[in-house]
Amino acid sequence: MSNLIILCPLLIHLLFSILLMFAWRSLKWQKSLTIIGNSFALVASIWVFIFIYENGTQTVQSGNWEAPFGITFVADMLAATLVLLTCISGFAVAIFSVVSVIKARLKFGYFSVFHFLLMGLTGAFLTGDIFNLYVWFEIIIISSFVLISLGGERNQLEGAVKYFTLNILASMIFLTALGVLYGLTGTLNMADLSQKIVLLENQALVEICAVLFLVGFGIKSAVFPLYFWLPASYHTPPSAVSAIFAGLLTKVGVYALIRVFTLIFVGDLFLETLLISIAILSIFSGGIGALIQNNIRKVFSYLIICHIGFMIGGLGLFTSVAIAGTIFYLIHDIIVKTNLFLISGLIYRLRSTSSLKKLGGLYSEYPKISLLLAIPLFSLVGIPPLSGFWPKISLLLAGFERENYWFVGAVIFGSLITLVIIAKVWSEAFWKNPQPVKKWKNFVDFCELKHIQKAQLIFPIAFLSVVSLYIGFGAEHIQQLSERIAMELMDNQQYIDAVFKTRANAR
Amino acid sequence: MKTIILRTASDFLLPVLLLFSLFILLRGHYLPGGGFIGGLVAAIAFVLDAFANGLKNAKSLLKIHPGFLMPVGLSLAFLSAISPLFFDLPIMTGLWASEPIPVIGNLGSALIFDTGVYLVVIGAALTIIFTISETA
Amino acid sequence: MEILLAIVTGILYAAGIYMMLRRSLVKLILGIILLGNGVNLLIFLLGRITKGKPPIIPEEAKVFEELYADPVPQALILTAIVISFGLQAFAIILVKRAYKVLGTDDLDQLNTTDEDS
Repeated sequence: MSNLIILCPLLIHLLFSILLMFAWRSLKWQKSLTIIGNSFALVASIWVFIFIYENGTQTVQSGNWEAPFGITFVADMLAATLVLLTCISGFAVAIFSVVSVIKARLKFGYFSVFHFLLMGLTGAFLTGDIFNLYVWFEIIIISSFVLISLGGERNQLEGAVKYFTLNILASMIFLTALGVLYGLTGTLNMADLSQKIVLLENQALVEICAVLFLVGFGIKSAVFPLYFWLPASYHTPPSAVSAIFAGLLTKVGVYALIRVFTLIFVGDLFLETLLISIAILSIFSGGIGALIQNNIRKVFSYLIICHIGFMIGGLGLFTSVAIAGTIFYLIHDIIVKTNLFLISGLIYRLRSTSSLKKLGGLYSEYPKISLLLAIPLFSLVGIPPLSGFWPKISLLLAGFERENYWFVGAVIFGSLITLVIIAKVWSEAFWKNPQPVKKWKNFVDFCELKHIQKAQLIFPIAFLSVVSLYIGFGAEHIQQLSERIAMELMDNQQYIDAVFKTRANAR
Repeated sequence: MKTIILRTASDFLLPVLLLFSLFILLRGHYLPGGGFIGGLVAAIAFVLDAFANGLKNAKSLLKIHPGFLMPVGLSLAFLSAISPLFFDLPIMTGLWASEPIPVIGNLGSALIFDTGVYLVVIGAALTIIFTISETA
Repeated sequence: MEILLAIVTGILYAAGIYMMLRRSLVKLILGIILLGNGVNLLIFLLGRITKGKPPIIPEEAKVFEELYADPVPQALILTAIVISFGLQAFAIILVKRAYKVLGTDDLDQLNTTDEDS
């Protein structure tokens, strides 16, 4: 049964989380263990990705209970790609945190919780059971609560309270929707739900249920009216933590939306209009919000909201071109957003401030590092041939195809405003003359670090930049991959057949 | 809350509650019970002792730090979850001994999983409660 | 019975949301707890309430012969209770730390994260 390997990345993260708990006392052991664990997970996820790429969708019926009675794990192309991206970001952030996160935080089991978070993410991508998705979501949020409040500084606790409340509320709404859905259909397996939900008479209740899912996942992915927790909390924890949050936590909400609205609630005109409207409003409010901020991490936080809009809009258009654009954007966004927050951490380390007013002169002092940082910054804008450019073609094409000019306008506006913001960040942080900054008492300046520590800060950013360069220059491959995923998503019969394969064979 | 009644009662209740928690743990596969509830009962036994005889006494009774029970329990559960992989079965499939053992009954990997859950719950609950009561 | 439970669920939801909208940190936690109980009750209710036997097949029979209660909602609720147990424990500790560090339990005072810096 070679399909069992799809759970490898998940099990590796769990194993290392346990091992790290045993190595509670020794920071040195923890640091080496986490790097080893993340490398193993990265290798395993590449293996899984290649396996799925060659053999198509694979399923594991956990406990050997046949679907729809047991919990099914399904690795289709989308799940495998996202697991791979999770492991790439996890690997980079783990190396970055070894130096950048202070000892007081590492001592309280930072790495163990970090692996737990990554396990939750891979589980959420792989599961084929909607209640199990809820459980993975809870694992994700409880580990993220620990990570966001670890350290207990003043503004960190404030951010944590806001983050905590809204995420709990989102989970409750998700659970409510799930209860209604179970009451309607009597099943929790997503493939089974997809078949049963079209047969229901009470379609109005199905619609209410879909909107509840939209609100629940919408809070998690920070779309237009529900995003206020994000800029209030993402700049408070250490930048390594915000990097993994920015790269993956909001995207897991987007993933859940994509999964639910392509598999279960399909082809509803009201929902499509709703998705496009919130997408347009997210792009506008995120973009304008980012424009007026002065803290570099807050600027990036608002940009997350702005770019979530692109993906939600692509989902709302619901053509295979649009979904391919969404998937491509998702792939690009996970890597580049993780990298952005790592960069903000590096800039803080170089200058001991993240206020745009006080920053400056980075280019004249550190020309090589600045050139490296230029790659992800301009990938985000999408200057051709860098990675952000290609998915926008698909999105615009789909917008014209569906004659939805509001969305076309919003995408163009979003791209332009991102360009303006990045140009502003570049000129303020890299070119302008710096202002004197009062340094923290036990702040260790970048120049005072050892060579190996410098390398540990630079390497993750370089690694992620190389990945984004590959996404940009190898756009042909990624485009093919996204088109394949879009095909699989639009034709959900394939997914259903894969889940019920054992049943079909038994006949 | 250091009344003599509670203190005397807790001395007797502690072993009884611990035994009862084991009983709940072991009957849990087909009957109501299981690792989570058993773990909570065992945690309550220690909390009751902490109420009656003070936090220090409860901690010295436990000998090890309750946080240490979590990785132990997790690794037990993890091992029992992955053990079917060695028999080419999907993860978490219940493995059962072919012959029932006299008195105890039929043994399976589910018991190991439940024991893991039991330990994790004791560890987590006691860590939380001890932390809260220490800083209060 | 179902009508009564539906009303209770509604009250729990309303009270939970109301408490979460208050400005006090403690009431926030109370709201989360009430809302969690409301959700659990909703799942229980939507799993259809039946006066039946427990869903365990007797040893001599092969299939169910009598009306039985659906076990899945109970499993879901148990999982949800376990999860909310963990979350609420975390919430209490977080709020306590926040109160100690910030020196206030008024949620309107928590606005330093929105300041320009």
